[in-house]
Amino acid sequence: MVKILKRKEISHGGKIGIQLASIVFAFIFASIFILMTKNNPVSVYFSMFQGAFGTGFRFKETLINAIPLLITALGISLAFKMKFWNIGAEGQIIMGAFGASYFALFHGDLPGIILIPLMFLGGAVCGSIWGLIPGFFRAYFKTNETIFTLLMNYIALNFITYLQYGPWKDPDAYGFPKIARFGRNAVLPNLMGIHIGWIVAIILVAWVYYFLHFTKSGYETAVVGESENTAVYAGMNVKKIILRTIILSGAVCGITGVIQASAVARTLSVNISGGIGYTAIIVAWLSGLNPVIALVTSVLFSAMVQGGNFIQLSHNIPSAVADILQGTILFFVLGNQFFINYRLQRNK
Amino acid sequence: MDTIIEVRDLEKHFGSVVANKNISFKLKQNKVYALLGENGAGKSTLMNMLSGIYKPDKGEIFLKGEKIIFSSPKDAIKNGIGMIHQHFKLVENKSALDNIILGQYNGFFVNRKKIREKVMGVCEEFGLSIDLDKNIEDMSISEKQTTEIIKVLYRGSKILILDEPTAVLTPQEITNLFRIMNNMREKGCTLIIITHKLHEILEISDEVIIMRKGQFIEDVITSETNEKELTDLMVGESVDLKIERVVVPDGREILHVKDLVVEDRDRIKKLNGVSFHLREGEVLGVAGLAGSGQKELCETLNGVIKATSGDIIYEGDSLKNKTPREIIEKGVSMSFIPEDRLGMGLIAPMSMTDNLILKNYYKQTGLYLDRKDAVIQGERLIRDLQIKTPGIHHPVKQLSGGNIQKILLGRELDTHPHLLITAYATRGLDVQSSHLIYDEINKQKQNNVGVIYVGEDLDVLLELSDRIMVLCDGEITGIVDATATDREELGFLMGGKKLEEIEGAKHG
Repeated sequence: MVKILKRKEISHGGKIGIQLASIVFAFIFASIFILMTKNNPVSVYFSMFQGAFGTGFRFKETLINAIPLLITALGISLAFKMKFWNIGAEGQIIMGAFGASYFALFHGDLPGIILIPLMFLGGAVCGSIWGLIPGFFRAYFKTNETIFTLLMNYIALNFITYLQYGPWKDPDAYGFPKIARFGRNAVLPNLMGIHIGWIVAIILVAWVYYFLHFTKSGYETAVVGESENTAVYAGMNVKKIILRTIILSGAVCGITGVIQASAVARTLSVNISGGIGYTAIIVAWLSGLNPVIALVTSVLFSAMVQGGNFIQLSHNIPSAVADILQGTILFFVLGNQFFINYRLQRNK
Repeated sequence: MDTIIEVRDLEKHFGSVVANKNISFKLKQNKVYALLGENGAGKSTLMNMLSGIYKPDKGEIFLKGEKIIFSSPKDAIKNGIGMIHQHFKLVENKSALDNIILGQYNGFFVNRKKIREKVMGVCEEFGLSIDLDKNIEDMSISEKQTTEIIKVLYRGSKILILDEPTAVLTPQEITNLFRIMNNMREKGCTLIIITHKLHEILEISDEVIIMRKGQFIEDVITSETNEKELTDLMVGESVDLKIERVVVPDGREILHVKDLVVEDRDRIKKLNGVSFHLREGEVLGVAGLAGSGQKELCETLNGVIKATSGDIIYEGDSLKNKTPREIIEKGVSMSFIPEDRLGMGLIAPMSMTDNLILKNYYKQTGLYLDRKDAVIQGERLIRDLQIKTPGIHHPVKQLSGGNIQKILLGRELDTHPHLLITAYATRGLDVQSSHLIYDEINKQKQNNVGVIYVGEDLDVLLELSDRIMVLCDGEITGIVDATATDREELGFLMGGKKLEEIEGAKHG
């Protein structure tokens, strides 16, 4: 018989040890599936690494895919710090993209220096409104934010479908239901070969870190997250703090939408987010809501996805097996949380 | 007489912490043992090993001369050892009978009639009375406790461990519990009672097992000892048990509560027509059974919950519709420690510094949160109040109860309040930490601070307060002069008798 006991505390080294061990075990376990495809696991893992970091181009791709994950994870971290389970990043990204697209499509003749800031502003406002709606009902009527934010995603998604088939349908698309591509002025410029979204991401990392650790508002967010009772007792305006935090969270997620629409898709479509809003929850959680760690985690996560795609070509591995690999690695990495919080003891 | 249980050299570690070491004693049949020790002395660990929740790292337990190893609480129950926990483990929306038989029968059908007869037999044997069909949620605390006792007896336990059974009872209910315990002793049970109240130990037990810092210290015969000796043994040095009541000349009135009514969300009255006043330099003790409205009173005074009607006049101003922050600024400091200690006053996972800034951070200008002053304040508090902590950046939830309380008290007193409200300030604290807090309260009193002291230990209330206000079901049953009342009178008031009725009974 094995007993599960809660750990009182764990040393820093022990924690890192468990995390490293979990990654090693993940690769060993995933090898079983690779062997089933009659491939050599070591060479598959090597080419996964190659696929993510092997050439300048691949490395760039990895970073470009890490940017939206990172920014969204930052937005989610703000809400999660308050224990507001914002599952609605997906919708907030989509609405952020919508806000940016409005300026890109209807004010596309403005010079980029004016247009792009306007797009960021529009996206941030739309994203924050999308967060504010469930936030308002949570603050004033104690509704369950998990379900509410989740369902808001579908509203956003279908709103874009409506635009695509209806009012925003591109008349020059030979009848295809799609929204027009953005003009040149509405596309983010590149810096060092990657669109400047990466600079936005780094600024946001610094800002979220500062906000959470060194501002009065960040402190209030954390107190409300730990105990609303304590916050009331200390004289905090809990409703105001909830609304402020979710507005910030939604705005940051909205910025992801702006970047994806402007620099990557160069138009607005229902695929603009493609699940980033959900994947970023994993990134935020794995990083312990720490913005600096999220920076590293999002790059590694993106590398894992890129590498997974690459081995499909290099080793002719079916995409299902690549998905199994990703799933296994995630399972082990997330599962190590159990061993950090608990330990097993054999009954003599 | 037969030795029923013997433990030899028990030892238990949690990581690097030694919770129990060198514990050896023998327990005999037909006896009541009291287990005495300060918080953190290792009483719970020891009892958890006896009831099969923990496994000892070293040492042996013998039951009637046979060595036994428990791998789960079920094994302990099978061997006749039952534990009655401080927090009852009952299903609220089920009847007493359902709770008693819960988990006992694995068959598909249950012959309730037969079981009922058997349970009634147990009740009769031990002189227990209970309505078996009453739901737990409708029961008083005393009835719930009786249900727990029947549950354990019904399972055939001959050795019963009671963890602080008297903490939540009125003096009259305690008398009844002791009668039941005496009955059980006569019927051949062995009882172990954990309590902090020395006069109860002297009243009920045959022998006292004293523990200190995880070790067995001494086993004394109750009839040959006294309160002073027990405390000295428990603490390890000579302690002064008396709480001094500082006499301060009558000050002016600072707080006047008029006909206060507080309703909860379901519009159930939690406070009903509460009126009292408080002077500078006065300690007003508040007594009452758990849940009689103490929490609501404190929270209303602090602005956390809103009064339905009535008024609170502080220094001539109404506090009724003020927010907590406006009240804090008026100099009302509330050090409120709810049952769940870290639920309101402090933020459990945060550091000491982050907890110290809780009530004054908003006074800083700008966006940036400066923690420099809190660091200095924290270091000073650690020195002044002898707080044991690895450092000011250590999460407070990992500190012991006494140290957590000291942080809370330190933060509140640093604001130099004019009205101090404390609720269960010494709950879970050992003798020395408790006295440190009584001394602090007296110091505040001398500084002309009005103190509302919500407590549960009647002896402390009697010694520390100037007047005692007793609440029952949200109403005041009496406000009495602490020097002119006694435990019995307070007990009747807590049970819902009005002061006039008691006076009437005395004269009539």
